Amino acid sequence: MNKQAQAVVMLLFGGAIVRASLTDMYLRYVKESLRPFLIAAGLVLIAAAVMTLVHEVLRPKERAEEHDHGHDHGDGKPHREPWVAWLLILPVLGLLLVAPPALGSYAAGQSGTALSSQQISDYPPLPPGDPAKISVLDYASRAVFDKGVSLGDRTVRLTGFIASGPNGEPILARIILSCCAADGRPIKLGMSGNAPAGLANDSWVEVIGRYTDRTITDPVNEETIPYIEVETWTQIDPPKQQYE
Amino acid sequence: MLLVLLVVFRGPVADAISDPRLQTWTTVFVSVMVQAVPFLVFGVVLSAIIAVYVPRSFWSRALPRHPALAVPVASCAGVVLPGCECGAVPIAGSLIRRGVTPAAALAFLLAAPAINPIVLAATAVAFPNNPEMVVARGVASLIVAMIMGWLWLRLGKAEWIRLPHRPDIDGMPKGRAFWASVRHDIVHAGGFLVLGAMAAATINVVVPERWLQTLADNPVLSVLALAVLAVLLSICSEADAFVAASLSQFSLTSRLVFLVVGPMVDLKLISMQAGVFGRRFALRFAPATFAICVLTAVGIGAVIL
Repeated sequence: MNKQAQAVVMLLFGGAIVRASLTDMYLRYVKESLRPFLIAAGLVLIAAAVMTLVHEVLRPKERAEEHDHGHDHGDGKPHREPWVAWLLILPVLGLLLVAPPALGSYAAGQSGTALSSQQISDYPPLPPGDPAKISVLDYASRAVFDKGVSLGDRTVRLTGFIASGPNGEPILARIILSCCAADGRPIKLGMSGNAPAGLANDSWVEVIGRYTDRTITDPVNEETIPYIEVETWTQIDPPKQQYE
Repeated sequence: MLLVLLVVFRGPVADAISDPRLQTWTTVFVSVMVQAVPFLVFGVVLSAIIAVYVPRSFWSRALPRHPALAVPVASCAGVVLPGCECGAVPIAGSLIRRGVTPAAALAFLLAAPAINPIVLAATAVAFPNNPEMVVARGVASLIVAMIMGWLWLRLGKAEWIRLPHRPDIDGMPKGRAFWASVRHDIVHAGGFLVLGAMAAATINVVVPERWLQTLADNPVLSVLALAVLAVLLSICSEADAFVAASLSQFSLTSRLVFLVVGPMVDLKLISMQAGVFGRRFALRFAPATFAICVLTAVGIGAVIL
């Protein structure tokens, strides 16, 4: 792989990173807080590519002179770059061509519900509003670790996507991230009452409902999946930030 | 031409990856790359600054004359030299060329990628609920680097190391040398990072959680499994903490082993060491380092975690 090819690969890679971070696309893969660093890193990649092209393409004479005067300490053979450098094309293709979606129902089915890693000791009162808008994770941990005490008889509004439950029934799920999609783990909720029906997996829904003490065990990791007693539901467009 | 290909194949490729497994694989692969890019780029830039603007003679002046004392000093010098392991191998090679005792250069080679500020910051970001992980990683890596340096003083033979003659950036103007170093490191380290991200995505999608769960439940097996995984995955030390964080079914100690082994012994390092120091060296150095890493990390894990 010669230096011009390396410069082109770096240019594409940097460009793909900058493009993904200027649109909302990067939110499918990493946390929002990484954005300024992504833009800066992309710009450095582009700068490195431009400087390489400037040095290699626009000043070939200078290089020839250097060789003549013996300033290059090389043994005459060009310094071969490893073939792995070509692999940098793959994330470029991934970002520009494939642009994979955020993790969804398949990933949720592969992993056990990750509730126990998020346990906290006390639960403040629900936010005001009827229904109160809270996250799937918040509902699930109040339901399991607080036994629903702080939920009481309030109605809550949750947003999540449809996935397949342990027995194939639709469940409400949301993926939580600590860094990037590689550590994404699902939070799962069973739905009783007027549960959404006839929706394909990965459809996004907003459900309004109340606490119920019904639970089921996730067969993947033997953790508890709480239920919500659904009163009404509506299908919605996927939110901008699909992770919690 | 690539742009034309992009337009023409956009549809078919999108169809081909509609399979949910492949789709999840692609998402995880891309996200590991995106997450690692800022760390990779800033590590590469800082190491280029140091490689170009700090004279190499500085290192031989800064180190104590006695080899046994030079080893701990060189290990700690690794703290101030950010960069991932791909950068440390050529630097260690040039340190030896500049007359630094090999034991100190090797201690530096092991310590620099594991305990520099960027890697420790990445570890802190990846383990927001376990700050003790950062301390454990730094201490264990430092101990391994010093043990290996002293071990080389006692058992190592100079003829195992064979440095190839290769052109470097010494003759260039500084600005040009800087960008040459950046380009070289990005292309090398980035390429191996792609390999690591592919392996990580494959393990993430292919290995069922239940199977990892059985390994994770057994304390001995989990340590060995993650030690081997660290060697196979060959992830850049600037990104490996994020992968370790995702292996959340494993104990903290076994994940510490993963973080200590990874920057010191992995497939891409072994091949780079064979390239820079010679095959006879790599065949002895890598297995010894692996064993010391596992033992030290387990010991530190028992004390700190």
